[in-house]
Amino acid sequence: MTTTAPPAPRPDAAPTRPTRRPNAARAAVRRVTGVTAPYGFVAPFFMMFLVFGLFPMAYTFWVSLTDRDLLRPDDAKMVGLRNYIDLLHDEFFWNAVKNTFELMLLCSVPQLAFALILAHVLNARLRGRTLFRMGVLLPNITSIVAVTIVFSQLFSRDFGLFNWVFSLVGVDKIDWQAGEWSSKIAISMMVVWRWTGYNALIYLAAMQAIPKEQFEAAAIDGAGTWRQLWHVTLPALRPTIAFTALVSLIGQIQLFTEPLLFDISPGSVSGGTDRQFQTLALFLYEEGFRLRHFGYGSAVAWLMFLMTVILAAFAYVVTRSSARIGGARIARTRRLGRGGGSRVTRPAPRPTATDGDSRPGGAR
Amino acid sequence: MSVTIDKATDADEASPEAAGHAGGRRRLGRPATTPTAPDERRGLLRYPFLLIVVVLSAFPVYWTFMIPSRTNDVVGQTPPPILPGGHFFENARRVFDTVEFEKALVNSLLVAGSITLCTLFFCSLAGFAFAKLRFRGRGALLAIVIATMMVPVQLGIIPLYIEMQKFGWANHLIAVIAPTAVTAFGVVFMRQYTEQAIPDELLEAGRMDGCSTFGLYWHVVLPGLRPAMAVLGLLTFMQAWNDFMWPLIVLSPQNPTVQVALSTLAAGYYRDNTLVLGGTALGTLPVLLIFAVFGRQIISGIMEGAVKG
Repeated sequence: MTTTAPPAPRPDAAPTRPTRRPNAARAAVRRVTGVTAPYGFVAPFFMMFLVFGLFPMAYTFWVSLTDRDLLRPDDAKMVGLRNYIDLLHDEFFWNAVKNTFELMLLCSVPQLAFALILAHVLNARLRGRTLFRMGVLLPNITSIVAVTIVFSQLFSRDFGLFNWVFSLVGVDKIDWQAGEWSSKIAISMMVVWRWTGYNALIYLAAMQAIPKEQFEAAAIDGAGTWRQLWHVTLPALRPTIAFTALVSLIGQIQLFTEPLLFDISPGSVSGGTDRQFQTLALFLYEEGFRLRHFGYGSAVAWLMFLMTVILAAFAYVVTRSSARIGGARIARTRRLGRGGGSRVTRPAPRPTATDGDSRPGGAR
Repeated sequence: MSVTIDKATDADEASPEAAGHAGGRRRLGRPATTPTAPDERRGLLRYPFLLIVVVLSAFPVYWTFMIPSRTNDVVGQTPPPILPGGHFFENARRVFDTVEFEKALVNSLLVAGSITLCTLFFCSLAGFAFAKLRFRGRGALLAIVIATMMVPVQLGIIPLYIEMQKFGWANHLIAVIAPTAVTAFGVVFMRQYTEQAIPDELLEAGRMDGCSTFGLYWHVVLPGLRPAMAVLGLLTFMQAWNDFMWPLIVLSPQNPTVQVALSTLAAGYYRDNTLVLGGTALGTLPVLLIFAVFGRQIISGIMEGAVKG
């Protein structure tokens, strides 16, 4: 059906002329343009996605089966699964996998927990509400590059503010970049700093959709505000939490800018001298664009894609089951008042399908 | 403490706070077990807590602007300086002398501007079609749009790079603009807004007046979408301005965006803190200004994007 798309918007212009036509002819023109115009309107998205999204994704798999590099892009040799076999025996790859998953936990868990608490506090009668919300969101509007540069300065061994504060309480200078864990903690602090406020606003929006009566009922039963958070808010928010967790985890699989720029040696892409904070995305960048092993790099990309799919499937199952328990009612009230016959009444698996993607986290 | 007044003044927020105060009733019933004191204490603690959070949020940004206002020898002292000095413009000039920062600013402006305009046009057009026009396969196509949001297309960068070389676009700004010119998020966002904000009667009236389908979009829908356009435009612009990985790969250091220029600065001159953070401050300034002016809209955009869909 999309094949009718390209010529669509053009013939549209005709019937705008104010001259009166016989009704039948007008209706005929209308019928044709009315049928094709919508396809023309939605075509740009699908064309762009095909050319710059889907095709490269699929092509990645094909490239990953070849031995080719940047310098001779047309001279590709099929090597079958060779790249994947090599990859599974590459200790740097496994190192990157380990680092990525460690960072994933270090980044996502505190970020979402803080966000939840913050949203709970923000979800109240507050003076200067907008100002507080802006203050909370401020980290998210700065670029990841800027965040990493500033935090690298704050974490610097000799002149950094963190080490100075630590020295006040008698802790020796920490060489943040050098340590296996200190470097990861530093990187996760950058991520947590940048994303906590954003997620808090997402949770806040979801909290405000919870019917007030539920809180009142809980209060009558004697639940204080923090027990309300636990027994009323959390169950109702479960789909949202699952979704933000998914978005955050996927973002962490692609963690790139922070480990790239946190590295102290100029131009290094190995994620520290011992690769102690090289992530998968950084490994992909090193193989694909530094060493110019296109095939090998594509194999890395494809395995990252598989991990993403597995995570997404997992989150989908969690969301589905929890939506059946707690979130269904809320999802349904949100859907009220929206017509549109063809809008399928899907059973609530994604009440918040759009949130994370307002920031797909471009660079990660 | 008056429960009813609390609720009345709190009309626009579904707030557990109101319910928390309603717990006052409980005090009458069971005075001994759990008094409401924790609730009230939280009411008082809320502001300091939020204040600390805001200070922690703002501090690195403040640091970005404070460091370049000092000189390198002051920055290197053991208790680092906390207050700003008067050397900001001097360090800013050094940034322009060191990397192609003017070009980077112009490039970033071009890239983010074009992406924003394309996104607004194509997304509102598609959003209008999905919201108001009936056509076969609409539900399926919309489902595909939503599904694409979950596909991590960033992982296709190697073939995308090969593709750009084939097009002859490598190292040209178009290579950065084209892949993000229409986003699924934008389409869904616009569809949602169009459905709510544009009454069907208005479209019927436009039809009666002889508008074509595109004419309807241009004359009837577009003017009604202005608030949503503003929000989507702001989010898109800031995101495009901050994007890093793809520009880093596809552009050369001689033709950078701001973020790429900053990474060059950070990698080459990492000991020169006032220079590197001076560049960072300059590169952050545009989005900070936008945020200062349109913060309210940006927040509402994020929060509405969260609930809908």
